[in-house]
Amino acid sequence: MKQERAMIVVGAGEAGTAAAVALRQGGWPGRVILIGSEATLPYERPPLSKGLLTEGEDSGPKFLITAQRLTELAIDYLAGVNVLSIDRATNTVSLQGGELLAYERLLLATGARPRTLGVPVDPECRMVTLRTYADAVAIRQTLRPGCGVVVIGGGFIGLEVAASAVSRGASVTVLEAGPRLLMRAVPASIAERIKAKHLDAGVRIELDATVAGIEAVEEQSLVSLADGRSFPADLVLVGVGAVPNVELAQAAGLAIEKGIAASDTLATSDPDIFTAGDCCSFPHRLYGERMRLEVWRNAWQQGAIAAANMLGLGSAYESVPWFWSDQYDETLQIAGIYSNSDAAINRDLGDKGQICFYLAPDGRLVAACGFGSLATISKDIRIAETMIGRRIRPDADALANPAIAIKSLAS
Amino acid sequence: MTKIGEWVEVCTSDAIAPEEAMRFSHGERSFAIIRSLEGNFFAIDGHCSHEKVHLADGIVDGNIIECPKHFGTFDYRTGEARALPACVDLRRYEIKVDSNVVFIKI
Ligand SMILES: Cc1cc2nc3c(=O)[nH]c(=O)nc-3n(C[C@H](O)[C@H](O)[C@H](O)COP(=O)(O)OP(=O)(O)OC[C@H]3O[C@@H](n4cnc5c(N)ncnc54)[C@H](O)[C@@H]3O)c2cc1C
Ligand code: FES
Repeated sequence: MKQERAMIVVGAGEAGTAAAVALRQGGWPGRVILIGSEATLPYERPPLSKGLLTEGEDSGPKFLITAQRLTELAIDYLAGVNVLSIDRATNTVSLQGGELLAYERLLLATGARPRTLGVPVDPECRMVTLRTYADAVAIRQTLRPGCGVVVIGGGFIGLEVAASAVSRGASVTVLEAGPRLLMRAVPASIAERIKAKHLDAGVRIELDATVAGIEAVEEQSLVSLADGRSFPADLVLVGVGAVPNVELAQAAGLAIEKGIAASDTLATSDPDIFTAGDCCSFPHRLYGERMRLEVWRNAWQQGAIAAANMLGLGSAYESVPWFWSDQYDETLQIAGIYSNSDAAINRDLGDKGQICFYLAPDGRLVAACGFGSLATISKDIRIAETMIGRRIRPDADALANPAIAIKSLAS
Repeated sequence: MTKIGEWVEVCTSDAIAPEEAMRFSHGERSFAIIRSLEGNFFAIDGHCSHEKVHLADGIVDGNIIECPKHFGTFDYRTGEARALPACVDLRRYEIKVDSNVVFIKI
């Protein structure tokens, strides 16, 4: 009986889709079922805040896989279907519509959803978040020259939408509750560069701006701050972070800690159930702590590793975290993770950009954060990524000196 | 006007160091010209097949050129996509070196 059970993947985002492909390529002979609550083919999310908002015509989502390829790989893709519950006693999942499917191994790749604002919002307001293609289309349709956009949250998604909106002629204000942009994500000097680009483009940025509520006033939405100021908008975008979709796992009694808790092989507290991507928390060998990442490369790499381990490989996930964001014609790339106890070393590349390296108290390179043109920063960030993975202890003065090639410090 | 299949001069052979790539544009088209560690020259489409990012700014390692944006990789001898997120192959072009001058057939 057991052989007839399928490999089931819940969530057809980056992680789930990569896993379904890897299960087949890894040699699983039985059924592979990929179940996703969105109705389209799986697609990439990063373009939703970038090209999809700025391009002249909506070219549709950027699909991760074609229908033909799904057929070739014999992956059964159930689109627009929600998984409602998991029965761990019988190894089955129940689908919206009542169907039950039995699994040999199950992957939970349910992703994350936008965090809500937690202040009173009049339901008549034009307030949106951005996670899905449908969200991006709704934003795109409102963006026209002269329209007023208020972005709540100066994080990556908010800033990318601000850049896209201002390039479409909208008048854009970013409201950030913290004392500066990207407070936890990038060093202050890089945040300053990013802020300068936004100001140059005509984006208005308000820091220490705590939103108290949003009201509908005539045709507009009025965002009011705790300090009494208010900002009218035709569209309010809320970009205040994301929360992992853990409810399905939680209801099934799986361990939850920051996300669906996994081991370094991405197995949950039930050895038949794995997890990957934005919903998953895991211990990272390089940093000695449990973390949950919300980044694109991690999602598909974890999907592939989880699939291999569902087939019994037992390999640990230990990639160096890596993230990018586009801000106008420049790019930000971050390899690794740093904390307040790490020493920051700045490599100033003049007008072309800057890279900030972080050394742990023991001298080990743990992170590198670069901002500038792609040609200026990408090679060095890539080399830094390898150095981080290999626990290299480079000389701090050499890192700071742009005349010394990073490559020469890599061993 | 260049005709299809014509040899076009790119650069002198010392203009590209081993394990480096160079951007070469001709009319509307752009190519990545790669020199292997052994010193041989290769040419493929300039832009990554994932997004429109030039590959000449990427790292050359062995037979692979890596896209600087999201690290999709291609075998520069054949144009074949080798690692995600690159999954569509690129075209490769013939190269010849004549009296220390590199030519591409486009
Ligand atoms: C606008 C935007 C821009 C981004 N830009 C960048 C960037 O520039 N760089 C970067 O590194 N990262 C970026 N990211 C982050 C990156 O896209 C995510 O890390 C990645 O998509 C996570 O993939 P995932 O598969 O874990 O989750 P998701 O892509 O969220 O996929 C999960 C899927 O599971 C479905 N699902 C959930 N529960 C169920 C259920 N019970 N039954 C069936 N289906 C279910 C969801 O509907 C969803 O389709 C961006 C994200 C967004 C939203
Ligand atoms: S643009 Fe080349 S890998 Fe994405």
